[in-house]
Amino acid sequence: MEKTTLFDKIWDSHVVKSVPAGPDVFFIDKHFIHEVTSPVAFLNLEKRGIGVKNPSRTVATPDHNVPTVDQDKTIKDKLSRMQVERLRENCAKYGIELHDLGSAHHGIVHVIGPELGITQPGMTIVCGDSHTSTHGAFGAIAFGIGTSEVEMVLATQCIMQSKAKKMRITIDGVAGPGVTSKDLILYVIAQISAAGATGYFVEYAGSAIQSLSMEARMTVCNMSIEMGARGGLIAPDETTFEYLKGKQYSPKGEEWDKAVAHWKTLKTDEGAVFDKEYHFDAADIEPMITYGTNPGMGIKVKGNIPTTEGMEGSNKSSYLKSLAYMGFEPGEAIKGKKVDFVFVGSCTNGRIEDIRSVASYVKGHKKADNITAWIVPGSREVEKMAHEEGLVKILEEAGFELRQPGCSACLAMNDDKIPSGKYAVSTSNRNFEGRQGPGARTMLASPLTVAAVAIAGEICDPREVFQN
Amino acid sequence: MAYDKFTVLTSTAVPLPTDNVDTDQIIPARFLKATEREGFGDNLFRDWRYDVEGNPKKDFVLNDPTYSGKILVSGRNFGSGSSREHAVWALYDYGFRCVVSSFFADIFKNNCLNIGVLPVTVSPEFADKLLDTITANPETTITVDIPNQKITLDSTGESESFDINEYKKDNMQNGFDDIDYLLNMSDEIDAFAADK
Repeated sequence: MEKTTLFDKIWDSHVVKSVPAGPDVFFIDKHFIHEVTSPVAFLNLEKRGIGVKNPSRTVATPDHNVPTVDQDKTIKDKLSRMQVERLRENCAKYGIELHDLGSAHHGIVHVIGPELGITQPGMTIVCGDSHTSTHGAFGAIAFGIGTSEVEMVLATQCIMQSKAKKMRITIDGVAGPGVTSKDLILYVIAQISAAGATGYFVEYAGSAIQSLSMEARMTVCNMSIEMGARGGLIAPDETTFEYLKGKQYSPKGEEWDKAVAHWKTLKTDEGAVFDKEYHFDAADIEPMITYGTNPGMGIKVKGNIPTTEGMEGSNKSSYLKSLAYMGFEPGEAIKGKKVDFVFVGSCTNGRIEDIRSVASYVKGHKKADNITAWIVPGSREVEKMAHEEGLVKILEEAGFELRQPGCSACLAMNDDKIPSGKYAVSTSNRNFEGRQGPGARTMLASPLTVAAVAIAGEICDPREVFQN
Repeated sequence: MAYDKFTVLTSTAVPLPTDNVDTDQIIPARFLKATEREGFGDNLFRDWRYDVEGNPKKDFVLNDPTYSGKILVSGRNFGSGSSREHAVWALYDYGFRCVVSSFFADIFKNNCLNIGVLPVTVSPEFADKLLDTITANPETTITVDIPNQKITLDSTGESESFDINEYKKDNMQNGFDDIDYLLNMSDEIDAFAADK
């Protein structure tokens, strides 16, 4: 029998039809929608005079533009309010499950899907958001789509997609203390560049990946798009099953046993061929931070910003433009740089383990005076756990400001913006120019590094901060 | 929705010789708060185009009257980042019908084809040639020919062929979109979905 990859198995079983010399008609099991990329899709359905084909396969939550304070009150920003209200109207009209602001399971779409057990191995999942790749952590094919495709899924439960090439990234070995899954993925992106996986769907494998918790795996898969990949996935295993067992939408009783038996078959055959393979050793990876304006511009926290040696043409001018934006010089050390803001949150690192990690680190310490520290849980459920576990108290005593769930300062669509020229060390996923507000200078790092920076007030290595 | 038909386009072009132009630059997130598709062109490249007070930045190419046209020629890895289709709506609304680069991000490329903006991938050498020529001679035109899958620098006649699959090629030339196609096969989809 032909040896196939996990990606092949899921993809091929969801192809309704292959268009000759064209894309596949690809069936979608689960569709997540939010307030920003769905309104035009619904509007176009109306213009065409058609409805939603299968409302039970779509789940909605407002997350991108919502305020992170006073969520029980009317949204002040008129345009944000309109988008959220439009989402409510559309969900009510077509009978789509909505986890609205203030409800028990409100949160960032990529946090609540797994939390509720909606995300399951073997599924095809899409959402009008590039970080949909997060759900790949469960052994699902999950990727971001544009609004035209949101419309296609609503109208037909299918999209037209060409099958991506296959890449496997294997990380073996054991990472040292203070090295998190965020460091693993920032390292990988720095190695293969922000466009290095464009055209590919990535499978992450190896002992260092297998040893990660589900939440840590989600962080890795979340950032697949930051190296250009369509998505990333990890074969489901006992860690996956353990996480899903008992979740609200997970199968129950006999159905559970049947599901697990099927999920166990979802892995790449030995000898299956990938179009591209990379191998890394976890022991080589140290706490990472970005210094530029794309996520591929990352270095060890202890490292120096690369010089322009060997660069030419638009490559060099783009690099210098990026450093000029950041206010950095080629060749200088990143450690010791002053920081103004820290942000803990987003679909990359806004889960309970991330908040625990920050709280355990800052417990009994105070943030530096020059730092404004925001912590934004990924969901109401995460917020609730953080309260119940006493983490909120620890964080507030350390000078962090806890806000309500949403995408928040990750993309600054709401009021949570980093002021122009200020430096933020952030657990989010993008350091693009202006991503966290016009003129904002973002450095991406792990929750642990962010915690250390909050205390030290400057870029530092989390392994060194409390040594003295 | 179905869009304009696109067969052959001859136009002057705007050079943007920057690599890794991400969709947050094309249209910043704070301008995504609309419930309709029109009007995004005003904020195309907002933070490169205007300062914080909203005054045009003189050194940005869209503010330079020397350059205009329906074709944007950019550096490598154009359209990376967010899946926001609003980035393509902004380019379209501003007046661009074609973007040329030596390398496009995946989702962006799909989004372009879905609303009828043609992404043309050329070799890095040809991209540099186009950028250098149109920068030096703004009146130079470029011809993009979908039926023959050919892009030509009209002043010198130099050309390259480009890839586009037959299905999308047909869609672009006839102004069809994927939903038209999918709606026509709803019985097949229903039969498939019955097992899922």
